[in-house]
Amino acid sequence: MVIYTVKCSEFVARQIVERTNSRDVELVGFDGCTDNQYAINMLISMIRHPNVGAVLAVGLGCEYIQPEWLADIATQEGKLSSWMFIQKEGGTRLSIQKGESWASWAIRELRSTPTVPMTWKDLVIGAECGGSDYTSGLAGNAVVGRFFDKLTSLGGTAIFEEIVEAVGLKDVLVKRGATEKAKEEIAYTYDKALEYCKSVNQYSVSPGNFAGGLSTIEEKSMGAIVKSGSGKIQGVLKVAQRPEKEGLWLLDSTPDPYWMQFGITNPNDNEGLMDLISCGAHMVFLVTGRGSVVGSAVGPCVKITGNHETFERMSEDMEFDASPILEGTKSMAEMADDLARYVAEIADGKETKSEALGHKEFFIPYKYQENTVAIHRKCEEG
Amino acid sequence: MNEKVFQVNLQDNVAVALTALEAGSTVPLIGDTEQKEITAVTDIPVGHKIALRDISDGEDIVKYGVVIGHAIKNIPKGSWVHLEEMASNYDERSSHLDAVTGAPKDMSYK
Repeated sequence: MVIYTVKCSEFVARQIVERTNSRDVELVGFDGCTDNQYAINMLISMIRHPNVGAVLAVGLGCEYIQPEWLADIATQEGKLSSWMFIQKEGGTRLSIQKGESWASWAIRELRSTPTVPMTWKDLVIGAECGGSDYTSGLAGNAVVGRFFDKLTSLGGTAIFEEIVEAVGLKDVLVKRGATEKAKEEIAYTYDKALEYCKSVNQYSVSPGNFAGGLSTIEEKSMGAIVKSGSGKIQGVLKVAQRPEKEGLWLLDSTPDPYWMQFGITNPNDNEGLMDLISCGAHMVFLVTGRGSVVGSAVGPCVKITGNHETFERMSEDMEFDASPILEGTKSMAEMADDLARYVAEIADGKETKSEALGHKEFFIPYKYQENTVAIHRKCEEG
Repeated sequence: MNEKVFQVNLQDNVAVALTALEAGSTVPLIGDTEQKEITAVTDIPVGHKIALRDISDGEDIVKYGVVIGHAIKNIPKGSWVHLEEMASNYDERSSHLDAVTGAPKDMSYK
């Protein structure tokens, strides 16, 4: 993985990735010169991610984020690491040359990494939806929910997000909290998200959703929450926080209350996918009704639709067709078994369609978030 | 796909058209339901909602067994239920969108 620590070093970092010409080399980075704790946490979570074997951090030389410190974290994790300042290396050409040479060496080194068999217990999968329509709640998200029930019953870990798409469903979610603490976290997170939506007068619902038959944020929300299945929710994760144990977790990616509404929620689908990966998801589901083409850096993205027309029209991009549920040709249980088989293949190394097409999108914005669910916030004490 | 309508939860007062429906057509109702069929009294686009009974102005609209908004006019059984018939209990902006395309009508493009 190649990281750029400011927009000014993005070109060089991108060139290193392209010239190394390996599907296994990926790019992530942060555009701002001024740093941001949320963004740093996000970069560190990618460095620590189990899908990443080596890290090259590329900085210009005058920005706040320190590539050397990022490389140190990779070393502590037992990963190959290197870093550079373009200003010290002598500019574009020399930096690309050095980076490409290191990345090619790291790829060769990683080929000899021993592999071990893993089970469902080791697997962490994240899910979010994008471009929802009427099929999302009935088929796409429903099959993910059923699969998540299965995954967690086998000892695996599932993470779902988009609390801003749970509007009107506070009681439904709180009831599913596994412990009193989890219930309190869910209630706090819900109230915070709703307050946020009210204050910016923006709910997470778009013209495409309405054209697709959804009339309100509440209707979209229920369709979205279905993807969490029916299991107990162990607690709420903040971005870049790892689940402390297996089971089902709710991820809160909404900005926490802070000066000038620092950061927006759900700016795009790739931000949500990165959030899930930052919590350790090995693989992410993007459930869509209207269709999407994106992939993701660091974790493979499996695009699922319950809309058969979408699947046919975008068959080179869409991975999994859940529409047989609506046609009545397959039961929900059969469809969830099919999805489990598909997941096993991807976990075993099969390329997703987005990977084969070269999709490796990422998005790390400025945002303010507390590191844990801040039921009692520092600014409110005393 | 043959014309049909899907009811998610027995408590629901709306169901989803899995195919586009023409006014006057009587189609099978599947899913968690007690009625066997429903007659559309308006055209209903695919994926949109049809009223399963007469719904009064101000009444809750229920789908998935949960409240997804409220009626903003009297809605006869069998008619299309969307942005001109119902509104969110939270989001005010969605009442200002074009009912067919979902495009916003509250922004100036001058």
